Amino acid sequence: MNTEEKRFNQEEEDEEENGRGREAWERTYADERSWESLQEDESGLLRPIDNKTLSHAQYRRRLRTATAARIQKGLIRYLYIIIDFSRAAAEMDYKPSRMVVVARQVEAYIREFFDQNPLSQIGLVILKDGVAHCLTDLGGSPEAHIKALMGKLGTSGDASLQNGLDLVCDLLNQIPSYGHREALILYSALSTCDPGDILETIQKCKASKIRCSVIGLSAELYICKHLCQETGGMYFVALDEPHLKELVLEHAPPPPAIAEFAVANLIKMGFPQRTAEGVISICSCHKEAKVGGGYTCPRCKARICELPTECCICGLTLVSSPHLARSYHHLFPIRPFDDVSPSALKDFHKLPKNCFGCQLSLLNPGNLPGPQVACPNCKQHFCLDCDIYIHESLHNCPGCESLRNSKTISDMEE
Amino acid sequence: MTPVSSKLYADDVSLLMVLVDTNPYFWSSMKNTAFTFPKFISHVLAFLNSILLLNQMNQVVVIATGYNSCDYVFDSSTSSMQRAECLLEKLEDFVDKDESLSQEDSVDGVGFSLLSGALSMALCYIQRVFRSGPLHPQPRILCLHGSPDGPGQYVAVMNSIFSAQRSMVPIDSCVIGSQHSAFLQQASYITGGVYLKPQVSDGLFQYLSTVFATDLHSRSFLQLPRPVGVDFRASCFCHKNTIDMGFICSVCLSIFCKHHKKCSTCGSNFGEARKQDPSASDQRRTSYGS
Repeated sequence: MNTEEKRFNQEEEDEEENGRGREAWERTYADERSWESLQEDESGLLRPIDNKTLSHAQYRRRLRTATAARIQKGLIRYLYIIIDFSRAAAEMDYKPSRMVVVARQVEAYIREFFDQNPLSQIGLVILKDGVAHCLTDLGGSPEAHIKALMGKLGTSGDASLQNGLDLVCDLLNQIPSYGHREALILYSALSTCDPGDILETIQKCKASKIRCSVIGLSAELYICKHLCQETGGMYFVALDEPHLKELVLEHAPPPPAIAEFAVANLIKMGFPQRTAEGVISICSCHKEAKVGGGYTCPRCKARICELPTECCICGLTLVSSPHLARSYHHLFPIRPFDDVSPSALKDFHKLPKNCFGCQLSLLNPGNLPGPQVACPNCKQHFCLDCDIYIHESLHNCPGCESLRNSKTISDMEE
Repeated sequence: MTPVSSKLYADDVSLLMVLVDTNPYFWSSMKNTAFTFPKFISHVLAFLNSILLLNQMNQVVVIATGYNSCDYVFDSSTSSMQRAECLLEKLEDFVDKDESLSQEDSVDGVGFSLLSGALSMALCYIQRVFRSGPLHPQPRILCLHGSPDGPGQYVAVMNSIFSAQRSMVPIDSCVIGSQHSAFLQQASYITGGVYLKPQVSDGLFQYLSTVFATDLHSRSFLQLPRPVGVDFRASCFCHKNTIDMGFICSVCLSIFCKHHKKCSTCGSNFGEARKQDPSASDQRRTSYGS
């Protein structure tokens, strides 16, 4: 036993010495892994990887699966983010540590989430010391969540998946039946330290119709995979920081709705008007006297500072019409653009020379047509960058929108 | 909806995207007033030239918003002459082309121009400028609009507004027609731009040069027209009434003023939810008991 421990210590020291043994210039290379961004071409020359076409191909694949069919989407989501801040999150394989990287990604995710799902709510749960703490309750203010998370950074103890799921299950059982219940777990540990049978908890989550998704930071775990399969979520393991970011942000658009998961219902909402400038009133959210610039709840006339929110006095959901409009693009997605086939490209005299959106020349050096895509509806050609921008941020096809007649045609098709 | 802060790249170089309303039905309705299309264009040309003279790095792009189509008519970065008069020729071609695309013989009233298309194109162009490198002119969009809002464009215009907000591009609007434009009021409010409806259209150049000519950095030092109170209340899909409180379908977010049994937009039944509610609370009780 003693000798074993000794050997273990010895090994640890060796490892430390390895790190220290390297010169500073060597270490920067070892950390950055700059050789991974090079590839060999056919003549053996080293070239930087052509990321643009690669990422574009990847993006189109994602787009095709996302908009393959017109599916109903769960627009009103109640999501708990479960973050593992156990000992394993202190590992330094992500720089500077897993915990910092995860916190950074969660911050970006919360902002993106509320941008895409203005009517939804998020709560944060942290796993550490074998227990699960509820850091923030379900709420619609991104700043409140981010502030709470940044104030609670620190790792210790073990992670317990079961405790986390039990807590989230209890919390999510209280939400109204029309909401979509979700849990997103960012798991660093390679084990779970549970008080009971986790398989029962997984069944409980399944019965409560909670969609659980896990993003692993170390290696694939059977129990996480099982959880995601049972509850209809997604399980992925991140390779590095950019990959982690991509995986996390994949959860920002609303997931396809499963009919029996949430019941269609009419939700009573208020559309408050802005209070007149210069009026002094006490706001119900901060309990402070403020001058002008707020909203008045149409039911109980309480003053509210920000939308969307729930009235603190009468509990009415308060939104403004742009919040609803922000979600409409999920309901009316634009069709993916088609690649222009090489045979059509040969006939390049007939092709438009510039991208319809940004007027960028579509010709490569040498006056040959470069890669381009075309809208199936209005047949206008676009460059690859515009294609990504149009589908990921704008959600309008400039070609279809600037042709009165094409609009009526597409309306008739529907 | 917080107004966006301006990006600090090169703080006094601007890229001005001007969307010019060329809806022929609107301009023919203006014939009786003193303010005609040629007059309007002469004001705009003087304004564009003064923008180009303010800073040699300034860039102006003009998009014509027609009745049947939209197109770029001027780009100071590619045009051989740095003068806005170059746009006249292309504008004429555009108006002819726009007319030839027309299928209907007569239009009731003034009709609406394709604001959503022109906004989308302008945003695509701005993204290209963002991609061009770390140093680029600060973009903003100016809508010179007169036609009434097209109700069918609501979703597309809102999408453009949110995209502009995300990339921190202010949308300024100058309404030339007789009515206020609810679309442009929202656009300017959400993106932190200026909304203005000139009292005297003959003095358009004065309005343009005092309110819309300054770069975004200098704006913070000026007393620009205060944002008007924008009514963000929704109108219900069933009676088109503006409402304070209403019911939202949880599936498709349609707005109704009364409780319905079935959603008229997406066809979901709401009756079932009532029946399921007690069972849901039963479940809750058992889960807490165990």
